[in-house]
Amino acid sequence: MALFGRGSGNWLTSAAGRRLLPEGWLSGPMPWVIAIMMFLMVLAAAAGLALGFAARGLDNHMSSQITIQVVDANRPRRDAAADRIVSAAAALPGIASVRRVSDREIAELLRPWLGAGLAENDLPVPAMIDVAFLPGSRGSLAAAEAAVRAITPRARVDAHAQWLAPLAGLIASLRWLAGVLVLLMAAAAAFTVVLAARSALNTHQATIEVMHHLGSSDAQIAQLFQRRIATDALFGGLIGLLLASLVIFAVGDRIARVGSDLIGSVELPAAAWGILAMLPLAGTLLATVAARLTIIMALRRRL
Amino acid sequence: MRPGAANIVQFENVGLRYGSGAETLSDLSFSLAAGAFYFLTGPSGAGKSSLLRLIYLAQRPSRGLIRMFGEDVVTLPRARIPGFRRRIGTVFQDFRLIPHLSAYENIALPLRVNGVAEADIDTPVREMLEWVGLSGRAYAKPATLSGGEQQRVAIARAVIGRPEILVADEPTGNVDPDMAGRLLYLFEALNKLGTTILVATHDLHLIPRVHHAQTLRLEAGRLDAGRLAPPIGSAG
Repeated sequence: MALFGRGSGNWLTSAAGRRLLPEGWLSGPMPWVIAIMMFLMVLAAAAGLALGFAARGLDNHMSSQITIQVVDANRPRRDAAADRIVSAAAALPGIASVRRVSDREIAELLRPWLGAGLAENDLPVPAMIDVAFLPGSRGSLAAAEAAVRAITPRARVDAHAQWLAPLAGLIASLRWLAGVLVLLMAAAAAFTVVLAARSALNTHQATIEVMHHLGSSDAQIAQLFQRRIATDALFGGLIGLLLASLVIFAVGDRIARVGSDLIGSVELPAAAWGILAMLPLAGTLLATVAARLTIIMALRRRL
Repeated sequence: MRPGAANIVQFENVGLRYGSGAETLSDLSFSLAAGAFYFLTGPSGAGKSSLLRLIYLAQRPSRGLIRMFGEDVVTLPRARIPGFRRRIGTVFQDFRLIPHLSAYENIALPLRVNGVAEADIDTPVREMLEWVGLSGRAYAKPATLSGGEQQRVAIARAVIGRPEILVADEPTGNVDPDMAGRLLYLFEALNKLGTTILVATHDLHLIPRVHHAQTLRLEAGRLDAGRLAPPIGSAG
């Protein structure tokens, strides 16, 4: 059975067909209920998508970065060990880059806690070496650790995955929660459509009865209602998307002002906006199918 | 019955019961010949409207066999019922015009339901409006029409699709005798075009006005046959 009717000369979608159900467009509460649901659905979907992209970036970072610290109060010995480690790490397979963090950068990192006047010999600080692996070469981590241990026992290898793993777990949980919220909103919207369709059937009971006696099929009658409900759903969906987009822009602006790399990584790329823009269309399709099934099932209980 | 005419409706031992009550119709066996004119009479409560509901497929019988257009309609799949209903014109006692549509649009409805192209609708609708004498009231809503005018719109709507059988429930119940005569004239004209006519009425004065009409009389849900078409297969 075709979703948009068959062989009826399309009069059901013409002005003559629309006059069969005399209520004005967007006259009931349904478009506004759909707008609220779509507003919440877009926000939940945006949160899920942004977290998804953040999680992907985090995963790439976690799997490809280690930091090696050489903790030695003897500065010449520390520097010599760091240089040997840089050379050894660079020779390992699967290494994208090896970079020793300069003393100035370390001083910058410590400045918020130790102040700006930190002299080089006041406090022994470790030498730090950032190592990045090529994508897919996660197995090189063990080889790097072994190479570092062979050079000096005073070196410590910090795989970023160790301290980012709990954050990744939290993000994954939040993504699941966002997905569940989207599904719940979609289900609530579908139930709203079911109620609206049943109400419309009761309101237009006499017209439906006459149409049946004149030989209308269930599909023809359903088409009368589903077109109206689809229009209401599309209108509500677009309103919801518009309002949610404004909120997303406002929140994005706030996030940008925080200036944190970690929080700033939660952003919405263009592909995500494309997905969000599809939600009203998906909602309209869902509403149309829900309306059609509701009406046809209700009509099947009659002769 | 016209010689050689096939039966368009055939009832065999049909009974109808609403819920768990007594049978409204019992043991009905009769046939309606194609192209014939019938009156269905009987006192109020005799079951005339229930019998008509069985014929225009608004109801399935509790028992028995009903054949229409040569097919068993008791076990007819629901999906095929619309196709059968398009071959039946129905004039309801309460007209059942759609109140927010004009007379024109009410009459055009069966053509649209049947998938007739919009370009081919105007001419037959205007011819039908002229046939029932309502050309000047084409765009009037039912609420602004008199009872007789509404009845004529209902008749025009019932016949515009050229049904094979027209079923009318008390079509003269709401009109004066002059209008009743005009409506009967319309039915006779349609009958001459080959449509089988079945008119339920409690007005016995109408019957002699259609000379070739046959009469079925219902009494307490049972048929007291008058000059009926003989059942299929009988010698009569």
